[in-house]
Amino acid sequence: MPPALAIYAPIFPEIFLALAAMALLMYGVFGGDRESEVPGWLAVLILAATGALVLMQAPGAVQLFDGAVIVDDFARFMKLLILGGSGFALILSFDYLRDAKILKFEFPVIALLSTVGMMLMASANNLISLYMALELQSLALYVLCAFRRDSVLSAEAGLKYFVLGALSSGLLLYGCSLVYGFTGTMSFAGIASVLQTSGSNIGLVFGLVFILCGVAFKLSAVPFHMWTPDVYQGAPTPVTAFLAAAPKVAAFAMLIRLVEDAFPAVATDWKQIVIAVSVGSMLLGAFAAIGQTNIKRLMAYSSIGHVGYALVGIAAGTPEGVKGVMIYLAIYVVMTLGTFACILAMRRKGGHVEDIAELSGLSRHQPMLAFMLAMLLFSMAGIPPLAGFFAKYFVFTAAIQAGLFWLAVLGVLTSVVSTFYYLAIISKMYFQEPAANFEPMPGKLRFVLAVTGVITLFLFIPINLLVTAAEAAARSLF
Amino acid sequence: MEIGLPHYLSLAAILFTIGVFGIFLNRKNVIVILMSVELMLLAVNINLVAFSSFLGDLTGQIFALLILTVAAAEAAIGLAIVVVYYRNRGSIAVDDINLMKG
Repeated sequence: MPPALAIYAPIFPEIFLALAAMALLMYGVFGGDRESEVPGWLAVLILAATGALVLMQAPGAVQLFDGAVIVDDFARFMKLLILGGSGFALILSFDYLRDAKILKFEFPVIALLSTVGMMLMASANNLISLYMALELQSLALYVLCAFRRDSVLSAEAGLKYFVLGALSSGLLLYGCSLVYGFTGTMSFAGIASVLQTSGSNIGLVFGLVFILCGVAFKLSAVPFHMWTPDVYQGAPTPVTAFLAAAPKVAAFAMLIRLVEDAFPAVATDWKQIVIAVSVGSMLLGAFAAIGQTNIKRLMAYSSIGHVGYALVGIAAGTPEGVKGVMIYLAIYVVMTLGTFACILAMRRKGGHVEDIAELSGLSRHQPMLAFMLAMLLFSMAGIPPLAGFFAKYFVFTAAIQAGLFWLAVLGVLTSVVSTFYYLAIISKMYFQEPAANFEPMPGKLRFVLAVTGVITLFLFIPINLLVTAAEAAARSLF
Repeated sequence: MEIGLPHYLSLAAILFTIGVFGIFLNRKNVIVILMSVELMLLAVNINLVAFSSFLGDLTGQIFALLILTVAAAEAAIGLAIVVVYYRNRGSIAVDDINLMKG
């Protein structure tokens, strides 16, 4: 690499991913082969290569572009999660896209561009780069949601996601403009130092509230969750899997860096908001999911609940809390992708089915699939020794150490309630008369389910590795 | 009368509020929602340019330029999705966007 370019080495994974996405677009346009899996597999390969580039970077923090972008251990941890989530979601997509006759090269290209946006969200270090990264991610996701052009449900999901996403970007921007006006700077470090000396004022708190509203929209946290069930249900299932995994990680990365780097001086202000949002999400995730009959809608409410639990770690506001959130996100991505592999396996001659009732008696026909899904659901409920238990354990202990006993107690109670609807699915699979047989599970889904299932079942053995990595990454923020 | 920062901020706040209300109260047409979104983003731009001018700091105006480009991309994608929706449903009335109850 020429020395003039060497200073950009920390951002090289993003540059590579963006250029590779454009090269893939050119390949798709001029390749001529319309219905092919090749662009998708190339995209998976590109994501893997980008992950390798991220892994090869030396530890430590570097700022680029006049502080607009920061690359540190925290960003690298989150980027690896994002790349993993996107890559596995792409592997899940092939068979569904072929069945729906939308196996087009645009799908992996748009997914890659969205992933670039997510990676930059994890690295954003001022308000401008935060907004630009967020929009790159969101605009690509709007298109993906409406990707099944002949389905009115998919178009409606895309439209709803677009309108509410645009509204949330507007709220976030208005907040950014107020914060800029009342501190005179866009950079997180600058905002933090101004707040340190001058303290908070009403205009700044207004801006902070608007920004947090915008972020809560992207996280699908209560009270800005209304789009989630509709979009999850209407979007093509692999897009739902994509949407449930990586963008959540990116939004959390962005939120953590924002509150810990830019607003540590007004921690009491944002903590109140985060606690309120977290309590609302945990309660809604536990109770609203109970009556659902569509499994994608149920996953939407379940993800709202998970966002609530992860926010408990941010509410603690300590390095332990951030560490807990990172462990939670890593495990959440694995569990979500595994569950969506099972949902994508719900396939008959006539096409995909989404009703929970269709899972009845699954254990007679496909005992392995039923067992894996049961374990993933137990893990989501937080039953030890499955992975989901550790996710909750670390955020709740962080909350207790920070003196938020009641929040941890509420988290445990709501996860007991949420166990009810997970158990309802499991009892359907094991104790009810069998419904008609599903088609055999395609090999790619088997692969994703095997990887995620093994991690979910046996994470308790190497859990220390994950904890050490998350601890080191969280330390780079404080 | 001197036009000061509070005037610009009030104007932006009013425009922003009209934009938000346009999204929630409008029951007729999705295009009106797109216009409301645009109104919100432009209100933010007034805010940024006003702050930038009164702080004597150019960053706000650079941000405003970037927002303009992103708003154009957002409008393009929004219209594309509206076209896809219209082809499937034959209508873009807001009341008709109700196949899934949220």
